[in-house]
Amino acid sequence: MTTPLLSVENLNVSFATPDGVVRAVTDVSFRINTGETLGIVGESGSGKSVTASSLLRLNNSVTASTSGKVLFDGTDVLTVDEDEMRRIRGQDIAMVFQDPLSALNPFYTVGEQISEAYLVHHPKASKSDVRTRVLEMLEKVGIPNPSKRIDEYPHEFSGGMRQRIVIAIALINSPRLLIADEPTTALDVTVQAQILDLMKDLQQETGMAIILITHDLGVVAEVADSALVMYGGRVVERADVMSIFSVPTHPYSWGLLGAVGSLDTSTRGHLATIPGTPPSLISLPNGCAFRPRCSHQEGVESKCANNVPVLRPIEGTSSESACHLADHQLVSIGQRSSRS
Amino acid sequence: MLLFITRRLLFALMLLLAVSLFTYLLFSILPADPAALTCGKNCKPEIIAANRVRLGYDKPILEQYWNFLKGIFVGRDYGTGAAAFSCPAPSLGYSFSQHECVTTLIARTFPVTAYLSIGALIMWMSLGVGLGSIAALKKGKWQDKAATTFSAIGVSLPTFYIGLLVLFSFCIWLRILPFPKYESPFVNPGAFFTTMILPWSTLAVLSAASYTRLTRNGMLEAMNEDFVRLGIAKGLQRRTILRKYVLRSALVPIVTIAGLDFAALLGGAIITESVFSLPGMGRMSIRAVVESDLPVLVGTTMVAAVFIVLANVIVDILYGVLDPRVRAK
Repeated sequence: MTTPLLSVENLNVSFATPDGVVRAVTDVSFRINTGETLGIVGESGSGKSVTASSLLRLNNSVTASTSGKVLFDGTDVLTVDEDEMRRIRGQDIAMVFQDPLSALNPFYTVGEQISEAYLVHHPKASKSDVRTRVLEMLEKVGIPNPSKRIDEYPHEFSGGMRQRIVIAIALINSPRLLIADEPTTALDVTVQAQILDLMKDLQQETGMAIILITHDLGVVAEVADSALVMYGGRVVERADVMSIFSVPTHPYSWGLLGAVGSLDTSTRGHLATIPGTPPSLISLPNGCAFRPRCSHQEGVESKCANNVPVLRPIEGTSSESACHLADHQLVSIGQRSSRS
Repeated sequence: MLLFITRRLLFALMLLLAVSLFTYLLFSILPADPAALTCGKNCKPEIIAANRVRLGYDKPILEQYWNFLKGIFVGRDYGTGAAAFSCPAPSLGYSFSQHECVTTLIARTFPVTAYLSIGALIMWMSLGVGLGSIAALKKGKWQDKAATTFSAIGVSLPTFYIGLLVLFSFCIWLRILPFPKYESPFVNPGAFFTTMILPWSTLAVLSAASYTRLTRNGMLEAMNEDFVRLGIAKGLQRRTILRKYVLRSALVPIVTIAGLDFAALLGGAIITESVFSLPGMGRMSIRAVVESDLPVLVGTTMVAAVFIVLANVIVDILYGVLDPRVRAK
């Protein structure tokens, strides 16, 4: 087996807050290879965004404490010094944020901001070369009339166009890994599809890997190769994207899939929801974090209440799931839930 | 942009007209008889009557106001024959207690106030923005607490208290500085600085306190902005992020407020000038109040109003220069 581009091993992140310690991420492990797209799915507060920021060490250095390993091409990102980290940021690993309206500096033109991203890693580049490159990049991310718009300010662009600029900033150094933290959440539905298409096209062109963080299963279905479902700061299911839609193997995934509406949904009226609310990351319930909202505990109640389920391969599938139910139960309920 | 400036200036002009009318009328309905104030207690009624005619106080109030306005553009002549004298344009009237044209008085006192204001501005901006930046960068540490404490003290203490405190400490107790006695910077620069350093510091401590808070909060707010996170994710140096991302966005409101504060000071720092015996416009205004010297009061009020109105226009324009989002509109 080849070494993966990025391998996260037992990542733990907690934050000290006045109300107590927030265990944002617990024992998260995953891998991603060059050219692959991994979707990380979960509700707000499931730890998906913190996981993403940890990969670039963007968490608040005062309150956050991080342990585990984040091996990028063999280098542990969590232990390199600040200079090396700065070299990795933007050059090897780039990031796209959720809200394009606030991700750009309002005081500088988009051209200046894209150039800045390039110049910091190529300090010797000449002015005209940089400008040519920025224009190319704007063209590539689909900004019409780049030679005029390069000198405009962020507020002169629409939300979708600003996200394209943010993507241009992320991709100008041809990074090997792109982390996209809910890149389409703040955008209109039609613009969402355009941005996803753009990311897919650019991935095919450059062969970069993408980690896509989202709460939208539709987005995962459209672009991801594999998916990581997070709940309460832990990974509850890891599967390739086909399996997670055909045979989901975790009660939380069943709930998530049930909550997606579709045009031919037979159940008229209400859209299914998962009862209850996500747990507080300050005081997680004993045992399985999903237990208070789970309706599939028949026969394993005491295990669910006392033991944290570990991620294990599920027989008969290529998926891994963290649930106390037996493998055959998970598979059979999973098949039913995906059909309903 | 040009249209914007023209419109603002026209509006400013109208505002000044309104201010002058109000001040003029306000002071005219005061019970004091200006003519009676022109000479001492044992003045003869004939002299008062003569002075009333000479200074134009016998005319109806609106005509007086009209003469005042006209005087600004063409100057004013008072009296006839041997007793005649004139205040050339721009004339703001004649001070009957100091026996000089108001414009002359302002021309003499304004530079003192201007030196005071400019020095204070430089000091409070460097002190305030400096301390605020340190506090923001060392949030929660002792530097932050020290800066916040300083700002709380500075905001709470009254000017005259700080003024007397530094005066006492440096001139009487420590004897590092001579007792303030104003000298023009062109005549005796050394004495000018030793005199001005205390009033500058007094005003600086006072204003720097609120600027420390503004800077600290502005920077902390900016540090949580997504665009700052994107800056870090680009791999930029910490220095670059602080300068181009954090300080830049914190500075916009600071510059605008500083402009307005500075303009307000130019109208005369009454308390500071009194404590340090600086012959500026503020002290002249206070004296005019005590002596009911109405023309001087109208004059200084007009000058202060001009600066405040002008500062508002300049700040508006500056805002557009600093923030591209405003420029577009």
